Amino acid sequence: MTARIGVVTFPGSLDDRDTRRAIRLAGAEPVALWHKDKDLHQVDAVVLPGGFSYGDYLRAGAISRFSPVMETVIEQAKAGLPVLGICNGFQVLTEAHLLPGAMLGNNHLHFICRDQKLRVENADTAWTGDYTAGQEINIPLKNMDGRYVADAYTLEKLEAEGRVVFRYLVDGPEADGYGNPNGSLRDIAGVTNEAGNVVGLMPHPEHAVESLIGTGRTDGLPFFTSILKKLVNA
Amino acid sequence: MARVVVDVMLKPEILDPQGQAVQRALPRLGFEGISDVRQGKRFELEVDGPVDEAVLARIHDLAESFLANTVIEDFTVKVEEAAEVAEAAK
Repeated sequence: MTARIGVVTFPGSLDDRDTRRAIRLAGAEPVALWHKDKDLHQVDAVVLPGGFSYGDYLRAGAISRFSPVMETVIEQAKAGLPVLGICNGFQVLTEAHLLPGAMLGNNHLHFICRDQKLRVENADTAWTGDYTAGQEINIPLKNMDGRYVADAYTLEKLEAEGRVVFRYLVDGPEADGYGNPNGSLRDIAGVTNEAGNVVGLMPHPEHAVESLIGTGRTDGLPFFTSILKKLVNA
Repeated sequence: MARVVVDVMLKPEILDPQGQAVQRALPRLGFEGISDVRQGKRFELEVDGPVDEAVLARIHDLAESFLANTVIEDFTVKVEEAAEVAEAAK
């Protein structure tokens, strides 16, 4: 028996199909979830994909966070359901206060699209078990509102509790994917909640799961194999 | 009918690159002496019926939970008097 992993489609989601494909490639069963449907259809985990849900009107993720499906996702995430938010999904998770901090426009005010080098800081979450702490990976990044901010107290707490899951690698040439791409505080690319079941990050692991396309690497695949392993062994 | 205005601003400690871009454009337009610009959002809510305490309290909740993200933004709620609304419409 394999695990069922739901992927929510909001109006304006872009990467829902790629995410379902990544889940299938990892060996799990992808389940399409609809923003108007409160029912999670007995999935074992949920991914909120990238895109511009509800046009990012008001603030990125601000309107999606109140959609019917999110009512259930928020309730279940608090009870331990594994949830991964990628890009816009990360923004939705911060707006829903499932993850601390907030996302703002890139400090350079431009959309950015490139391959980005990251360091895995925490390999103990539900979504990062197949990485090793300190591992460096290279996956695509594409966003307008990618600047992670939080107050000083929250940042210290996140660092002290090991809840910074991914950090942008800054020491190296920009052409090779190094550098802080959006002005995120402390080069934070992704964080987790206290329990480690909810993870959000700006870069896109679902676009780096096949050697044939994209970066030519499969550095994003472990997200999906990690959760599968965790669910099947549970 | 009354109008309630909700102003939302980034907290002072949060970097505002949009405001900075506006500020940098000012000298080119011949505006000297503006040392800082910060950009915010203004919501004008047209309320059916009188604006009493209960309505204001609900709008305050709405601003806190939806119009502003209080992790990064501050907000103010104020009632615009009918005369001011009429004046503004002229």
